[in-house]
Amino acid sequence: MATLTNRAKVLEQKPMSFMERLYLPAILKGMGITLKHMFQKKATIHYPEEKRPFSPVFRGLHVLNRDEEGRENCTACGLCAVACPAEAITMEAAERLPNEEHLYREEKYAAKYEINMLRCIFCGLCEEACPKDAIYLSETFAPSNFTRKGFIYSKDELLIPNPVTNKESFEAAKGQREQQLKNK
Amino acid sequence: MHITEILFWILTALALFSALMVVSSDNPVHSVLWLILVFMAITGHYILMNAQFLAIVNMIVYAGAIMVLFLFVIMFMNLNKDSEPQKSVWLRLAAVVSGGSLLLILVAALKDNGGYINSMKGEGSIGLIKNLGNTLFTEYVVPFEISSILFLSAMVGAVVLGKKESSTPAA
Amino acid sequence: MEMLAIDLSLGLEKLLLIGGIISFSLLVAMYTTYGERKIAAWMQDRRGPNRAGPFGLLQPAADGLKLFFKEEIIPLTSNRMLFVLGPALAMITAMLTSAVIPWGPTIEVFGRQVSLQIADVNIGILYIFGVVSMGVYGIMIGGWASNNKFSLMAAVRGASQIISYELAMGLSLIALLMLTGTLSLKSIVAQQMTGGWNIIYQPLGFLIFLICVFAECNRTPFDLPEAENELNFGYHQEYSSMKLGLYLFAEYVNMFISSAVVATLFFGGYDIPFVDEAALAANIGVNATAALGFAALFSKILFFLFLFIWVRWTIPRFRYDQLMDLGWKKLIPLALANMLITAVVVLWLNK
Repeated sequence: MATLTNRAKVLEQKPMSFMERLYLPAILKGMGITLKHMFQKKATIHYPEEKRPFSPVFRGLHVLNRDEEGRENCTACGLCAVACPAEAITMEAAERLPNEEHLYREEKYAAKYEINMLRCIFCGLCEEACPKDAIYLSETFAPSNFTRKGFIYSKDELLIPNPVTNKESFEAAKGQREQQLKNK
Repeated sequence: MHITEILFWILTALALFSALMVVSSDNPVHSVLWLILVFMAITGHYILMNAQFLAIVNMIVYAGAIMVLFLFVIMFMNLNKDSEPQKSVWLRLAAVVSGGSLLLILVAALKDNGGYINSMKGEGSIGLIKNLGNTLFTEYVVPFEISSILFLSAMVGAVVLGKKESSTPAA
Repeated sequence: MEMLAIDLSLGLEKLLLIGGIISFSLLVAMYTTYGERKIAAWMQDRRGPNRAGPFGLLQPAADGLKLFFKEEIIPLTSNRMLFVLGPALAMITAMLTSAVIPWGPTIEVFGRQVSLQIADVNIGILYIFGVVSMGVYGIMIGGWASNNKFSLMAAVRGASQIISYELAMGLSLIALLMLTGTLSLKSIVAQQMTGGWNIIYQPLGFLIFLICVFAECNRTPFDLPEAENELNFGYHQEYSSMKLGLYLFAEYVNMFISSAVVATLFFGGYDIPFVDEAALAANIGVNATAALGFAALFSKILFFLFLFIWVRWTIPRFRYDQLMDLGWKKLIPLALANMLITAVVVLWLNK
């Protein structure tokens, strides 16, 4: 048969020598290799006790941000929904009432804000599109759920805890990422 | 009753019952399994006679090896009721007659041989491996060697039968 | 006939010994499953079970409980009685062999001499062979009663494999028996205590015997009866719950007992290497020496258990024709040659 390329290597199949036919040396060699592996460093990381550090560009679940006074940043401009390639974001806008100034930073706010985590591809384009620093991706994984409905995150699941009333969980939700970025 | 006697009767009952089941089972695989039980009971009898070597060899060779080969064949044949050949009345009659005459001969031979049976009970140590080996290799060395030659020829025969015939002449 | 008359205290002593040995071998078998998983993991750079209890030590209990609570399924088309008989036979034959193994020297309890061997029959090794040859039926009956082609094929494979390797095993042992001149395991151990371990005199015989033991236990590389990727699961494919558990467990009990047999036959049994037991017994007492002897035997057994596991996670499975080739064309002639050479040497030395 003509070869297509000249790179083909002709493999010479010699009959096995006596030592090779004994098999035992080869078996012992293999057993030596497995024994060596027994004492090597294990690759496993004990997950719940031990966690791998996130990279500074890690993109986890979304968080709707608040400012220092605990007012929501989002103005329901819809840029994130437009930027989203997976069309995972839906929102409804509403006008801020006179007595709601401590709740929302601007005159307009998102009455309803939903992200379908099953559609989301965690690309982070919403974060880049947002002019108000209202949405960003945190360091948490999407947890599992029993129903599909459970994966459509509504506003109360997305909103970050209030920094005025609940400072600790606000810091925890913000994560170490911003800190790391600032340090750089 | 002495414990040996109790064991003897239990083993005898087991052996006879299993032997009957060998004959009367519908399924050939069950027959073979009952036959294994017969061999086990006989092994027990050997032990009661203090013939330990015979007992264990009976177990290894008959129950362990030969019966496995039997099972092999029968399991692969997938015998069931449909494939059972119809035997003619004459064949059955002949079987009854020959079986009956065998029984007659056995009864006649063992009827007044009490002394012989007594000598088989217990104390004799001929069944122990040391004595058996000594007897086989001194008194009965010629028959022993002849039977080993018989086995050798049987082995050669099996190899010849099992060897593939080359259907095409070697090119 | 007086030999079978059973003295009551002797009976009690033997019953206790039997209970002890059976529960001990079950315990060891349990932890061998754990050891198997741990060692397999380590050899593959993993960590192995470590969640149930400290270091995962309760894992075997968790596995056992899981098997107990699973649903028992008996296939409709199977042969009910034989289907149940299969795993029971496998387990019984696995346990039976332990009867003739001397687990330690004689100890003294309340002034009585108690032998740590259930039965010192003078055909000890042959007894082991007899029981091992019965072990085939557990596989065969289970495989056939499942009424499943894969199971049947596995059963037939297993039976032919065990029968084939029994021959080489017996032949390799005959050479050993020529040296010892006895079939009783207790006297074989006693001889090794004074005259050096049998592995020195019979290295080839040991190798053949070891390979055959691997084959008899259906361990990799000889695990054709349960070849997962060829036969789905082998002879226990239709089994569930504890019946499956018994099959799997019998394998580990078999491993334990076989290791004990190998240690007894070739590695001096309860002999403590480089120590004079009689002098030791005079110094620290009989029972302490017996405990040390048992510890020596147990460490030898543990080494062989480790070897079983080590080989399993190193060597891939044989093909069926390779298996038969090895058994009939290599091991049997080798064992025969070993036997002849040993016979010649024994005759020459005795001249």
